[in-house]
Amino acid sequence: MSQTIIKDRIPENELLMGGHLACPGCGGALAMRLVLKELGPKTIVVLPACCWSIIAGPYPQSSLKVPLYHTAFETGAAVASGIRAALDIQGQHDTNVIVWAGDGGTFDIGLQALSGAAERNEDFIYCCYDNEAYMNTGIQRSSATPWGAWTTTTPSKHPQATDKKDILAIMAAHRIPYAATASVSYPVDLVDKVKKAMSIRGTRFLHILAPCPPGWKFEDERAIDMGRMAVQSRVFPLVEVEHGTDWRFTMDPEHVPVQDYIRAQGRFRHLTDEQIGHISDAVDYRYEHLRDLAERSQAKV
Amino acid sequence: MQKVIVGNHAVSWGVKLARTEVIPAYPITPQTQIVEELSEMCASGELPARFIKVESEHSAMASAVGASAAGARAFTATSSQGLALMHEMLHWAAAARHPIVMADVNRALGPGWNIWTDQTDSLSQRDTGWLQLYCENNQEVLDTTIIAFRLAEALDLPVMLVLDAFYLSHTSEPVDIPDQALVDSFLPKREAHYKLDINEPHAFNALVKPDDYMEMRWHMHDAQRRALELYPQIESEWLALTGRYYGMIEPYRTDDAETVLITTGTVTSTARYVIDERRSRGEKVGLVKIKMFRPFPVEAMRAALKGIPRIAVIDRNISPGNGGIFAQELRSALYGSDSDAAPQFNGYIVGLGGRNVTPDTINGIIDHVQSGETVDRPDIWVGVKA
Repeated sequence: MSQTIIKDRIPENELLMGGHLACPGCGGALAMRLVLKELGPKTIVVLPACCWSIIAGPYPQSSLKVPLYHTAFETGAAVASGIRAALDIQGQHDTNVIVWAGDGGTFDIGLQALSGAAERNEDFIYCCYDNEAYMNTGIQRSSATPWGAWTTTTPSKHPQATDKKDILAIMAAHRIPYAATASVSYPVDLVDKVKKAMSIRGTRFLHILAPCPPGWKFEDERAIDMGRMAVQSRVFPLVEVEHGTDWRFTMDPEHVPVQDYIRAQGRFRHLTDEQIGHISDAVDYRYEHLRDLAERSQAKV
Repeated sequence: MQKVIVGNHAVSWGVKLARTEVIPAYPITPQTQIVEELSEMCASGELPARFIKVESEHSAMASAVGASAAGARAFTATSSQGLALMHEMLHWAAAARHPIVMADVNRALGPGWNIWTDQTDSLSQRDTGWLQLYCENNQEVLDTTIIAFRLAEALDLPVMLVLDAFYLSHTSEPVDIPDQALVDSFLPKREAHYKLDINEPHAFNALVKPDDYMEMRWHMHDAQRRALELYPQIESEWLALTGRYYGMIEPYRTDDAETVLITTGTVTSTARYVIDERRSRGEKVGLVKIKMFRPFPVEAMRAALKGIPRIAVIDRNISPGNGGIFAQELRSALYGSDSDAAPQFNGYIVGLGGRNVTPDTINGIIDHVQSGETVDRPDIWVGVKA
C-alpha cells in the first residue's frame, strides 16, 4: 500500500477535532477519525461508557462535529435502536446511526443488547474499537483480553487464563448482513469496509483493533506498528463476512512471526518462549479455520 | 365512544390516541396486555408507530431514551422485576430530561415469585426523577395516559402512570374513549425543545464536573416542583374538553371529618364505599386520595388535612425497617404545619403481594384509629398471621 493510495482514498474532511483527550498514540482516537471521515456529517454517534467517554471531552465541549449521545455502559445497541426508530418515523432514512463502543461495552456488558439488536437486524453500524481490556478504568481484563496478557486484574503471576472471545463469529452467527474486522494500521481497508457497510441496510458490525500504548505497554509512537504486526502475525486477521456465511480475507500481508508481535509489548513480558509457542499454535489454528471458511465461501460462488 | 375494556387496554388506547411514535417493549405479567394491544395496533397500521421488540426491560427503557433523544414521542410499559431492571435507565431518562411516558402495573417483587398487586415496585423508584401518578379506575387510566404526555413534554421529564395489578389491569369497566380530534387539540405533535440533530450537532450527557452537576440536578428538581402548578392547569383543559377531573389529590367527604383515611389506587374505591356507609350512620369520616406521588403535593395535603384530629394512612407497600412509604412521606409533609394541634397519625400496612383489602379491612382500620389506642410503632400491620 503506497502513500499515494492513502492520500487519494481517505477523505480529507475532519469530523474529529484537535484538542480531544486521548492518550498519545491512541488507536481508538485514530479509529474514530477514519470512520467519521468516510461516514461524513450525516451521522449520529451513540457512545456507551468507554475511553471515548473521556476523549470526546467534558460538558459543554465536544471533540466531534456530529451529534453525540453518551449513554450507559450496556445500552449502545438499544439506544441506537431507539434513535433509528425515531429517525425512520421522521423520514430521515439517510442519516447514519453508529454505536461507538469499547471491548467491555461490546464483548461483556453490552453483549445482550447487541445480540438483541442484531437479531432484530436493526439498521445501524456498530463499531467496537477493541483495546483488549478496560483501559478507561485503568487496565482491567475483559473477555477481549488475549490469553497470557497482564492486566491489573490478571497480574503476571496469574495472567489472562482464557482465550479472547471470538466476537466476529458471534456476530456472524446472528446472520447479520455485514461484519468485518479492521485495523487503524490499514486505513484504506478500514474506510473501504465503512463504505461497504454504508451501502447495506440492517445491522453492520465492525471490529476495529485499537492498539493502546499505556495498556499494552509499548512506546507511544509505535501504535501503527503494533496494529500492523497484529495483522501480519495473523493474531488479528482482516476479514469480512456477509450474512454470516460468506467469509473473505480482505488483506493478507507479508507474514511476521507471532513472537515479534508479543515481544514488542510489556503486557506479555512474563511469557516464556514455550508459552508464546502455544499462542502461535492457537493463532495458526484459528487462521486455518478462517481460511477454510473463506475457501468454502469461494467455492460456493 | 364507550367501550368496556380492561385497565391494561385503557393504557393502550391512551397511547394510541396520543399518537405515540416509538414503543420499545418487553413482556411481563401483568403488564403484557398493554403492549400486546399496542403491537396489534401497530401491525394493523391503526397506530403508525415503530414497535421495537427488545430483549429486556433495560433495553426497553434504553431504546425509549434513544427515541426520545431523537425527538420522538416514546412509551413503554412494565411491572415489578422489569421496573427494577430498568432502574439505571430511569435515572438516565429523567436526568437527560426525556419526556417518556411509562405505565407501571404495580406488582410485588420477588422472591418468592408473586404476580399480584403491591406498590413497592414503583415506590422504590421514588428518587429517579420520574413523576408518578396513581390511578383508581380505568377511565382515570386512559385520561391519565394522555395527560401524562402533555405534562412530560411541557417539563422535559418522564412520567410514570401507575395502576394496580388485576384490580385494574385485568378488570373490565366502561370507558369513554375520546375522539382523536379532541385528543389532537389537547396534545399536539411533540416539538422537542432539543434533540439529536445533524444540522445542529451537540454532545448529550458528557462528563459533568462538580462545577455544573449540582445545577443540572437543581433544574431537574425545579421542573418536578413546577408540575405542582402545571398539572392542575393541564387537567383543567382536560376538564373543559371531557368533563373529567381528578386532581393531584382528591379529598372525599372530609368536611367536618374527624377521621380521615389516606388512600391510593383501587383501595380508594373500597374505602369510598366504607366511608359512605359510616357517614350514613352519622360518623364523621372521610378520605384523601393521593394521585400524585412525585412531586409530592405537600401544600395540597397540608390544606386538605388541616385541623383533622385523626389520620390513618393505608399503605400497600413496605420500606423494610421503617414502614409504609406514603405514611413516611405524609408524616414528613405535615411535620410542623399545625404545631398547635398535631393529629393522631397511624400508618397501616395492608394487602402486600395482592392480599385482598376488603371493606372489613378498612372498617378495622377506622375502628382502630378511632379507639385512640396508642401505638409505639410507626407502622401497624393489618391481618398478619401469628
